[in-house]
Amino acid sequence: MTDTSALRGTSHHEEQRLDEQYPGVLGLDLKKRLLGPVLSLLVVVYLALCFFAFDVPGVMEKARGDMAQLFALDAYAHKVHAKYQFKKADQGFVVSLEGNRRAIYKEQPDWIEQSRGQSSILLGKDGVLHFADVVVTYTHPEFDEPFTFKVGDGVPQFIGGAEADWLKVSKTQVNARPSLYTRIWLTKSKVEVHRYFVGWENFWFDFDSKLNGLSAGQLMSLAFSSERLDPDVSNLRFMFNEFWMNSEWQHGEVYFALLQTLIMAVVGTLIAGILALPLAFAAAANVNPVRLARTGVRRFFDFLRGVDMLIWSLIFIRAFGLGPLSGIFAIFFTDTGTFGKLFSEAIENADKKQAEGVQATGASPVQKYRFGLFPQILPLFISQMLYYLESNTRSATVIGALGAGGIGLKLIETMRTRQDWENTLYLIFLIIVVVMMMDQLSGWLRRKLIEGQA
Amino acid sequence: MAAHLALAEASRLAEISQAYERVARRRTLYTLSLLGLCVLSIFGGLFVADQANSGGFWTGLGKFFDYPAELFMGAYEEGLVGLFALVLQYLPYLIETVNIALVSTLLAFFLGGALSFVASRNLVSNRLAVAAMRRVMDIFRAFPEIVIALLLVLIFGPSPVAAVIAVTTHTIGALAKQFSEVNENCDLKAAEGIRSVGGNWLEQIRFGILPQVLPNFLSYTLLRLEVNVRASAILGFVGAGGLGAELKMVVDWNYGADILVIIFMLVLSITSIDYLSGWMRQKLIGQTGQV
Repeated sequence: MTDTSALRGTSHHEEQRLDEQYPGVLGLDLKKRLLGPVLSLLVVVYLALCFFAFDVPGVMEKARGDMAQLFALDAYAHKVHAKYQFKKADQGFVVSLEGNRRAIYKEQPDWIEQSRGQSSILLGKDGVLHFADVVVTYTHPEFDEPFTFKVGDGVPQFIGGAEADWLKVSKTQVNARPSLYTRIWLTKSKVEVHRYFVGWENFWFDFDSKLNGLSAGQLMSLAFSSERLDPDVSNLRFMFNEFWMNSEWQHGEVYFALLQTLIMAVVGTLIAGILALPLAFAAAANVNPVRLARTGVRRFFDFLRGVDMLIWSLIFIRAFGLGPLSGIFAIFFTDTGTFGKLFSEAIENADKKQAEGVQATGASPVQKYRFGLFPQILPLFISQMLYYLESNTRSATVIGALGAGGIGLKLIETMRTRQDWENTLYLIFLIIVVVMMMDQLSGWLRRKLIEGQA
Repeated sequence: MAAHLALAEASRLAEISQAYERVARRRTLYTLSLLGLCVLSIFGGLFVADQANSGGFWTGLGKFFDYPAELFMGAYEEGLVGLFALVLQYLPYLIETVNIALVSTLLAFFLGGALSFVASRNLVSNRLAVAAMRRVMDIFRAFPEIVIALLLVLIFGPSPVAAVIAVTTHTIGALAKQFSEVNENCDLKAAEGIRSVGGNWLEQIRFGILPQVLPNFLSYTLLRLEVNVRASAILGFVGAGGLGAELKMVVDWNYGADILVIIFMLVLSITSIDYLSGWMRQKLIGQTGQV
């Protein structure tokens, strides 16, 4: 400790004087001195116990790091397949988005060069793949000798080249992943190359929409051009429809789901506040003199709060079906309990002088509480409700995922498919933005309504 | 002369009363429009929600007590001995859920506490560092636990580790914000005293600030513990272990007695942790709920 070394220079007499003046500072008793170290030791032991109880080493060992990498890649990049089928040799390489048969590019991308009988595919940093006649030659920048495979006649054969740990040759196929961004896949029926490109494909418009692939400038000029793409609606309207109805990104549905989540939070919090207000007066000792009634209301609050939002949402989903209505009920049941408790404590802590002053002028009981008590606690009510509004936006997402609909359900749906990771990332981004916006809004309103009033 | 003065006084009084009435009218208008907005959003929201729901409100209202009744019937058939056996069967899962909450709260207390000192304007002179730290904490806080848990369950498989990481992440953000507010309200004189005898920044924090803020830190952490028990129960539903995972299973299979026992255990533990933390908070800061 620094204090003992600092005291080394002082005399014994001085030390005694200090001890008398500030008792318990220099000579801290043993119990207090041990409290810190013992508590820290207990915490460390507990955490270590839990480390093994939760089997953290085992979980880490089994963790699918490769899956995580692939999810992450898929979330910010899109995959383009180039596929050559021996049965359909006349088509050459067919280039599509994620191998989707309905998303085939009409124009060949510039990284594929095809001429009669032979083609070469540029793989960026991973070298070049040549395909001529029945031989696939892959040139990797780190290997001098190219990898060659004989294909087209039964199972592909590895005929020349070094061994690499990213190259897997099995009895039926050849699978090469020179980097995360490239995959070469040879089977007896096809030669297929997958390449990843950074960015979200078709975010604005569908793959087969007329507007797909147009630049921002082109879109602007289209929007204000008098030639209508669709004779029934204006171009701006048409563009909005194409965006809103995007079948892969489902912008329309996503924003409606977001609205449902917000409705759950706002309506749930408002109803809870309105219901809790009169109940809180009934539960406050300085308003309601009947002890039995007070205790009854308090236990009711405890019951509402103790039966968690999770359980309320299960019960309401059973009764009202899947959807935001069940979410609203789950939120307002739980929060009526919470608000009731907080509000009644605030009422009990309020200054009674003002109420007495109002009473002295001959006011009725209702007027006494309306003008003597209510103005004192109103700022606190509003501030608590705004706090909970933000936290309920998050809760609404969570119970949405349990079946109450909204953005939570959408999120869990895209995750279940385990393919649309770009959609998942987009939804997570939207949720975070909305929660942060609600946080800012509630903070701003709190300052505006409460500090502005004071 | 006196009459003239009284007249002037009266006109001034009239002016004041007019001004008062103007303000009163404006405030009434504000209040009414705010109330109108609330009523509108409640009914509009309920209407949209009722449309989007798969079952309607009025049909559901009659069925509200069906499910609880079904559960109690199941429990009645099980008998007292059977129910007690179920309690014993699910007790380890309850302990796991409480452990998840406790571990995440502890981790978040230490990490959030450490971060909160960097995010306090009165303790760090570098404005940029404070602002950056606050944004990071906002993002941590905005993540609903379920999003992180869902992602981690895919990578780690069903395991409480996913729940611990998810709850800890959110709690760090939430606690660090509240802690930094406590830090900003504390008295700097003690820290200045430490500096005057040559203490560095860490020593100023340790001996000057920490003793002042620790009771409030602990109080907020206890409040968080209760929130986290609820959260870790919910995370079980997406496969992150604990009592929630068991609850999901028996809800899917519709085992009335098991559902009721688990609900009972959850409610009992949440309520007792609530009371316990309330009692400890009162001892710590000597007040009711507010800090």
